[in-house]
Amino acid sequence: MKLFGIKIPMMTSLIFWALVWEIVGRMDVIFLIPPMTSVIAAGFGLVQTGSWQNATLITLRSFALGMTLAIAVGVPLGVAMGRFKVVDNIFGLWVNMFVSAPLSALVPILMILFGLGETTVFVTVFLFAVWIIVLDARAGVMQVPPSLIEMGRCYGASRFTIFTKIILLSALPEILAGIRIGLIRGVKGVVIGQILVSIIGYGELFELYSRSFDMERFWALTIILFAAAMLLSAVVEHFEKRIEYYAGAR
Amino acid sequence: MANPIPLRTADNATPDAIVEVRDICKRYGDIEALRGINLDFERGKLTTLLGPSGCGKTTLLKIIAGLVPATSGQIRINGRVVTGPGPERAFVFQDFALMPWATVLRNVAFGLELKGMPQAERHRIARHYINEVGLSGFEEKYPHELSGGMRQRVGIARAFSVNADVLLLDEPFSAVDEQNRRKFQEDLLRLVDKERKTFLFVTHSIEEAVYVSDRIVLLSPRPGRVSQIIEPAIDRSAAPDVIRRDKGYLDVVEEIWQGLRQYAE
Amino acid sequence: MHMAASPQKVSATGGAGSGSSSIVEALADFARRRKSFWVAVSLAILFTAWEIAGRVPISFAFPTFFETLSALIEMALDGTLLPAYFITFQPLLLGVAISAVLGIGIGIVMGLSDKAEWLLAPVFIVLQAAPMAALVPLVTFVYGIGLVAKTLAVIMLALPVIVLNSYKAVRHVNPSLVDMCRSFQGTRMQQIFKIVIPDATPVLFAGLRLGIAAGFIGVMLAELLITPTGIGDLITYHRSVANYAHMYAAVASIIAVSTLTLAALQYVELRFLRPEKRRK
Ligand SMILES: Nc1ncnc2c1ncn2[C@@H]1O[C@H](COP(=O)(O)OP(=O)(O)O)[C@@H](O)[C@H]1O
Ligand SMILES: [Mg+2]
Repeated sequence: MKLFGIKIPMMTSLIFWALVWEIVGRMDVIFLIPPMTSVIAAGFGLVQTGSWQNATLITLRSFALGMTLAIAVGVPLGVAMGRFKVVDNIFGLWVNMFVSAPLSALVPILMILFGLGETTVFVTVFLFAVWIIVLDARAGVMQVPPSLIEMGRCYGASRFTIFTKIILLSALPEILAGIRIGLIRGVKGVVIGQILVSIIGYGELFELYSRSFDMERFWALTIILFAAAMLLSAVVEHFEKRIEYYAGAR
Repeated sequence: MANPIPLRTADNATPDAIVEVRDICKRYGDIEALRGINLDFERGKLTTLLGPSGCGKTTLLKIIAGLVPATSGQIRINGRVVTGPGPERAFVFQDFALMPWATVLRNVAFGLELKGMPQAERHRIARHYINEVGLSGFEEKYPHELSGGMRQRVGIARAFSVNADVLLLDEPFSAVDEQNRRKFQEDLLRLVDKERKTFLFVTHSIEEAVYVSDRIVLLSPRPGRVSQIIEPAIDRSAAPDVIRRDKGYLDVVEEIWQGLRQYAE
Repeated sequence: MHMAASPQKVSATGGAGSGSSSIVEALADFARRRKSFWVAVSLAILFTAWEIAGRVPISFAFPTFFETLSALIEMALDGTLLPAYFITFQPLLLGVAISAVLGIGIGIVMGLSDKAEWLLAPVFIVLQAAPMAALVPLVTFVYGIGLVAKTLAVIMLALPVIVLNSYKAVRHVNPSLVDMCRSFQGTRMQQIFKIVIPDATPVLFAGLRLGIAAGFIGVMLAELLITPTGIGDLITYHRSVANYAHMYAAVASIIAVSTLTLAALQYVELRFLRPEKRRK
């Protein structure tokens, strides 16, 4: 948007909304919304507590494990689906189904299979993230221009070289895009998993703060979580931009 | 500037100018697209803007259409200064700009629909021009069911049906294959003859320009300036095949190529 | 943008075009039959794996496929499944309907106006990327544990997706169609209603589909987190009495229902909204 001929960056409206929040909070209309300043103050207090640090550690651990597995399984499976018709035919149905299925309904099953602990959360993260990674890796491999592969053959590249130097590299933008969306979904998965399990990590803290009506800390935790999700996606996006120059040239 | 044996280089003050372009400059941020364009377009004539890709042909045509504001300078149509699109101009788009959700009939009648003309009347007019461009029988088809050439005929019929004085055509045949393109050029000449309108035609094909134009404006690469104006004096009453082998025709093609060659190197 | 487009990628491609000659037609027919053949194969593979895993068993809480299937049939016949869906669908449909109206409206306004974009786009970008599930407990404070709270949970998950997709749909309208409308002196209103909205419709609809997928996640979350009702109640109840086959059946049925709903919507989208992709 432009104001008096000066271009105002879009994200600045978040500052405006924070101000609105502060004013609403100070007017004391609803206990759910304490002033922004006291939320931020609570946030600074929160990060120094042992319980938050502990919860963060647990959350990060489940998230990192789940994402690692999702990438380790998702990318090879997607590439295989893109390359081999049989694999595609067998897994295509399930991948397409689970990518938009209500996985939150699956968490109770994970809870009885893996117990009310970190394993359940880690599997939830995996299940939330993996499908989109598969689909994007598959799409990336499938759109490699055939002429590029023929070029490689003409110049005598081995099958292995064609695979690593042409197919994987030219599918890289899509693979990374899939991982970025996978990360965002993984964050949702870690939260949904922990909230449903409700005795570990941030789920436990959310449960605690909402039961004791500690809105400052509730919001502080929410904002930390939202900020982490945005930051994560921004980092991968930055990384994606660096290789975008050749994605754009197609 | 290479300018051998000009056939007839026109001076700028044309007596019966319907479109007057005065000192048009256009910048897109740091890119200077057009610099100091002065041109007159004579009523009832077909003028071609010819130049290398990226020299600002589309930009100039859109400025004349009132779709893009000029950075400085003025456009006058029938003596009146242009501030935006107007009913005396109709635009034919390089990418056809057909609505994929509408039939050929509705697409052709769309200009009239926007003016609020009753359906029966605008469909009658649309059918007339659909017939005129050789698409009768395709009224109820959708754009995706037509070939590139047929789609552009729809675009041309749409421009004709609003009965504008000036038709602005931006590379209308660029998405049409070579055989259809020739047929198209012949059809265009027939329509020019019949409809008695002023045509501003953009192309990057030298042969096409020479074949269809009364007057050719050569633009230089960015920033676009008028580098040369050529009036091929070709007898259009002759058969198309005769024209394409005509010495005069071939000489003009060669002359333009010599003029543009410096930019290609 | 990628987020909006990715899930459709696979199903949008594939399939041979029909030709004029009978050989081509026969081939196309075979390909079509082969597709359903592969559906059967991949279903069979998963169900067999499930059956084997259940028989080993990998866990005491892992029923076999046939146990689950018979539990499903039992629930369908004894009249527990249908009423449960009736209850689950109330907040879902209500939430999705409200999100659709609000979301498409807000998204279109954001697409058309730079001021609205500046004010609202960042908020919805954050809301879409953020784990909104964290906020579900909050709604119970204000709206208790009834239909309103569950509807709100659905809206919280569905609205951001619908808003952002509608917004992108409008921003990505073919600029040359807009130019065309302007060149015929179309008014701003004509431009919006005759060009922008029709051109954006397929993407608006795709956004709606993604919103419904999010709504399913939201309603299940609400039913598991706020109070057990509907399918959520079936899952919670059968879990508490260790009736695992029934619990699995309830979970499988909600996943199947959501998949079929989304597939039907995608079919509608391809069939009616994208004439250029429609094959004769
Ligand atoms: N909307 C725009 N924004 C920035 N630059 C533009 C825009 N439109 C055109 N240009 C630039 O202006 C120059 C002239 O473009 P155009 O008029 O499309 O050329 P032509 O039609 O002769 O190929 C090109 O270099 C192009 O990159
Ligand atoms: Mg152009």
